Amino acid sequence: MMLRAEGVRMFYGDFCALDGVTLAINAGEFVSIIGPNGAGKSTLINVLTGALRPSVGTVRFKERDISGIGPARLARRGMARSFQLVQVFPDLTVVETLQAAVVSRLGRGTRVFALLERDSEVREGALEVAELFGLADKAHTPAKQLPQGDKKLLDVASAFALYPEIILLDEPTSGVSTRDKHAVMEILVSASKRLGIKSIIQVEHDMDIVFGYSGRIVALHQGKVLADGPPEEIKANEDVVNTVVGRKAGAFERGA
Amino acid sequence: MGLVATVMAVLPLLAPAYHVLLMLPFMAYAVILLGLNLLFGYSGLVSFGHALFIGIGAYTGAVLTTHLGVRSLELILLASAALGALVATPVAALCVRYVKIYFGMLTLAFGMVFYTFLLKFYRLTGGDEGMQVLRPTLLGQDLGGIPKTDYLVGPYYYYSLAVLVLAGLVMWRIVHSPFGLCLRTIRDNPTKAEALGISIVRYRWLAFVISAVYAAVGGALLGPPTGNVDPTLAYWTHSGNIVFMTLLGGFANFFGPVLGAFVFIFLQDTVMSVVPYWRLIFGAILAAVVIFAPAGLMGLVARRRPAEVAHT
Repeated sequence: MMLRAEGVRMFYGDFCALDGVTLAINAGEFVSIIGPNGAGKSTLINVLTGALRPSVGTVRFKERDISGIGPARLARRGMARSFQLVQVFPDLTVVETLQAAVVSRLGRGTRVFALLERDSEVREGALEVAELFGLADKAHTPAKQLPQGDKKLLDVASAFALYPEIILLDEPTSGVSTRDKHAVMEILVSASKRLGIKSIIQVEHDMDIVFGYSGRIVALHQGKVLADGPPEEIKANEDVVNTVVGRKAGAFERGA
Repeated sequence: MGLVATVMAVLPLLAPAYHVLLMLPFMAYAVILLGLNLLFGYSGLVSFGHALFIGIGAYTGAVLTTHLGVRSLELILLASAALGALVATPVAALCVRYVKIYFGMLTLAFGMVFYTFLLKFYRLTGGDEGMQVLRPTLLGQDLGGIPKTDYLVGPYYYYSLAVLVLAGLVMWRIVHSPFGLCLRTIRDNPTKAEALGISIVRYRWLAFVISAVYAAVGGALLGPPTGNVDPTLAYWTHSGNIVFMTLLGGFANFFGPVLGAFVFIFLQDTVMSVVPYWRLIFGAILAAVVIFAPAGLMGLVARRRPAEVAHT
């Protein structure tokens, strides 16, 4: 068991965003969290990544309580994330961004007098990830000059460069053109194998992607887990099809 | 850079003593600004209280030479650095929890506390009259016998230059270290930096302490040329001046602030000799820089040579 949320409830004033969510992620799993807008997906992500402390319940990562420990410590413990709204360092180049992640992973950030360019481990680590994500030819482009799709890739790639045990991707293909979505997913899957990332959790709206890549799907609705199972089971679940998949039912049939 | 260093090395042989004397505060400010820019340019935090650390360095020199009989400039600089770090440790821990205007205001507040301390603890600090700084020995050489100007344009000038070069080399390494890269990630996007496991508070704290050490060392160099220190060194307008110098030169470039200090010192001297209202003129210049050249003088130079600044 890598990550386990138990009986998590989250209130914003009177509003109950999560209403007793229990969820376990094991090593080797690719889990998609789906649900209509307002189902509590974002809140769940923030609870799972230790950014929010749940009102009730616990979140444990590798048997240790992580509720509210904050993103930096969580990243150092082995859980990384990418963002729905793309997050990059505008003035840093692709390779500098990846180097920062490698520096953080190796715990070398407090080397005040060491020359970064002489650190071959950091340099090679960054280049390896740049190549895996097809960003090597843009290594020296500042992030702000990248096209939107590459910014998204860089956001994800820098999280991968931490070599996390588990990675949480918040809509990894949002803002990526439909044509490129599968290419992005292929990169994510192969990179995670290459870098030894054990589990992937993603929040995704595109049912093609969800059913095409997940080993397991968790459907949220009104703060509760509506269904939790392999894609075939979710597809056969009428509640899920009606509330979550909705009119996109035809689309996922094709994708499946 | 080699060219600039060479010119500075031969300057006392060629330039009139008056201009060489003006180089002394320039070099002291250059050290201060190299440190301040680690905070300003590389961490994105604008301090309005760094005169506090300048004051600590300057008064360390005064107290050591007059009260404690310590005349060695090496010991004065080391003591200044240590005291700067000591005071900065708790001050930084409080300040770096805030950003933007709150950070600026908090640094300002600490600066005012120290200024008042200098003003009121008359017995130690001489109050508003300040204190004398006796002529320090350099590398164990007692140079008390030579005229003051000869001392300043000769040995003291080269000593300051050596300190500046050393401080510059060390800072160059700092900004090109893994630590420097982490600071830039925090400046650009704190949310993303944290997601990469980079602890914002810890890194900002360290940058603050390093910048305080630089300010204290530079402050200690400011005392001997005038032979006197007073509380205005720690006053908030002095903090404002060094922020001005940084903006003038350009905070996005490693050498920008140093250029800013140079232009500030010589421009101030020129303007003061023509009109008494130098602050009026400087206010107008500051407004013009912010509006027309937000990247400072270095930004104007770099527009023609874009490759140079790319990786600051």
